[in-house]
Amino acid sequence: MNVTLVQGVVQPRVPIHSVGAMAAEPILRVRNLEVTYYTDSGRAKALDNVSFTLKAGEKLGMVGESGSGKSTLALAMMRMIKPPGRIEGGQVIVGDTDLMSLDQEGMRKARLSRIAYIPQGAMNSLNPVMKIGAQMMDAVKSHLPDEARPAIEARCKRALQSVDLDASVFKMFAHELSGGMKQRVCIAIGILLDPDVIIADEPTSALDVVTQRQVMETIDNVQKAINAAVILIGHDMGLMAQFVDRVAVMYAGRLVEMSTVREMFTDPKHPYSRALISSLPSLDNKGVFQGIPGLAPSLLRLPSGCAFHPRCASVMPTCSTIRPEAQILPGGRSVTCHLYDGEALHEGRT
Amino acid sequence: MTLKFVIKRLVFLVLVIWAASTIVFFIPRLSSRNALRERFGELARTGGFSPGDMEKIIASMQQQFGLDRPLLEQYWQYLHNIVRLDFGYSLYRYPSTVSDLIAQSLPWTIGLLLVSTILSFLIGNLLGGISAWPRAPKWMRAVATPFILLTGVPPVIMAILLIFFIGFKLKWLPLGGAYSVGQVPNLSWGFALDMLRHQILPALSLIFGSVGGWVLSMRGMGITIQGEDYVNFAEHKGLTGGRIFRDYYMRNALLPQVTGFALALGTVVTSAIIVEGLFGLPGIGTMLNLAIRSNDFPTIYGIVLFITITVAVLMTIVEFLYPLLDPRVRQS
Repeated sequence: MNVTLVQGVVQPRVPIHSVGAMAAEPILRVRNLEVTYYTDSGRAKALDNVSFTLKAGEKLGMVGESGSGKSTLALAMMRMIKPPGRIEGGQVIVGDTDLMSLDQEGMRKARLSRIAYIPQGAMNSLNPVMKIGAQMMDAVKSHLPDEARPAIEARCKRALQSVDLDASVFKMFAHELSGGMKQRVCIAIGILLDPDVIIADEPTSALDVVTQRQVMETIDNVQKAINAAVILIGHDMGLMAQFVDRVAVMYAGRLVEMSTVREMFTDPKHPYSRALISSLPSLDNKGVFQGIPGLAPSLLRLPSGCAFHPRCASVMPTCSTIRPEAQILPGGRSVTCHLYDGEALHEGRT
Repeated sequence: MTLKFVIKRLVFLVLVIWAASTIVFFIPRLSSRNALRERFGELARTGGFSPGDMEKIIASMQQQFGLDRPLLEQYWQYLHNIVRLDFGYSLYRYPSTVSDLIAQSLPWTIGLLLVSTILSFLIGNLLGGISAWPRAPKWMRAVATPFILLTGVPPVIMAILLIFFIGFKLKWLPLGGAYSVGQVPNLSWGFALDMLRHQILPALSLIFGSVGGWVLSMRGMGITIQGEDYVNFAEHKGLTGGRIFRDYYMRNALLPQVTGFALALGTVVTSAIIVEGLFGLPGIGTMLNLAIRSNDFPTIYGIVLFITITVAVLMTIVEFLYPLLDPRVRQS
């Protein structure tokens, strides 16, 4: 609770190689999380049996097409799924508390103090009629009602400082700030109470390239300072590659692959991951970009078996009938694909 | 920047008042009817002096009121008087001035209309806000519905229904009048209570008629605001429901309603004439009604002009309040 945020204090970064090894107890364990939207035209399973773990200080990038369930995952972890959506089951364990078992008031207290969310649309995420300072102070006050006003104010100004914002921002209104500054304010709010887990939902989507980098560096710095586990949701694989330790790929509500950044970019396992990686522009490869054929399936009418099989380059007969389950490959990566059924590491061929 | 805004608004206010008073000045002078002739014709019919003297009286009166002088000179004199809120003499209640009459009846109108307009604004917006707030209990959200239905009932009907059932059948409250017959206005608690009892039914008929409008517009705003990112982010921050409702949701949804309030002030006058008439309250509306029926032209124009000025001033005040409520307006 009272870890001071000091700029430049570099916590030992979790080495890429140790990921997957049982180095420390995970701070976040998500188990079998399921979310369904009950729409007029049927049930849409937006999250299907999603499980993963994160250690303190670890950064996970969450990628996938629009509608693949990335944002739903973030909202489900915050227990902010609104009707007609419903969390059908699963656990989100932060430290040793299962968020899903908390009552409403308990969950309210857990938000921001245990698990913080940095919103996607930072442009409109700040109240236009309240000063930035007031919006930071009410967040602290609702969690630490006994903390004195000067202490709260000092805490907020420290948070602003740690995201490289001037203390004068405290007295400003949202419309007086640039897009990047607003996003920084949101990050500052996210780290006010030194949460164990930070979820950043496309924190850079509305920003220009230069600002994107600065914002990512800001997130990087503050998470190191408080050693929080970070889940970074986004489309931009290039930006991800520079900042995260591991990458998780989602497709149609399922987690189809989770690997370290290096493995993901050099040797993606799931055919969908491969397609994603090969659709990235690179300096060496000046040929024609390969898109992924077909469209993302409707969650209301998922293909049978593996949801990716109609678009898959390595489709096999079993794919359309039997749904693959997540399996751990040697080295600790996880992949949900029939190509790796059985034992050994299958050298995927396209 | 702000000073420029204030000056601009004030100049605009003066222009509005000038335009209104000019219209009020010229319209009666375009008419072929002569207010003095109407008045004395009426007196002559009831007897009291010979019709032969009437022209002399009218001529001398016209001289006294300055009606024989050139139009532009009259106009100049008139503008000069307006600035001092001098609307001239009442014909019907001569030698009372129109300003006297307004001063007599104004407290009743302010007491009833301003209070009930503000009350219905507060009640309507709170109910409307709650009815669109997804986390409010179901019964709380349902409270607003009957008020929406009541919007369809015209204030006249509402007032008559209230008088009939609550005043006449149940005898809970007095039927009309500003205070009980036989009471002499004084500063005692007993009189104050008696007066308040007489204000309840008129106030209710005004409030019932207008709360629904606020509920509807606020509910529309509320539905928009509750989907805003900052309301969601407030919940992500772990704020308590009450704080999100007050500071993030209501505070923003109310902004356009304040403009609506300024507009509503303009329509208050219409309600005044109807409701004060029905309940026999000695307010501005009754005074205007009386003036129209007795061809008391100076009083009619005086009251109309006074109401115009009041509404213009109130709207300007609301406009000055707006930048205080919305920091984004302060800059532009």
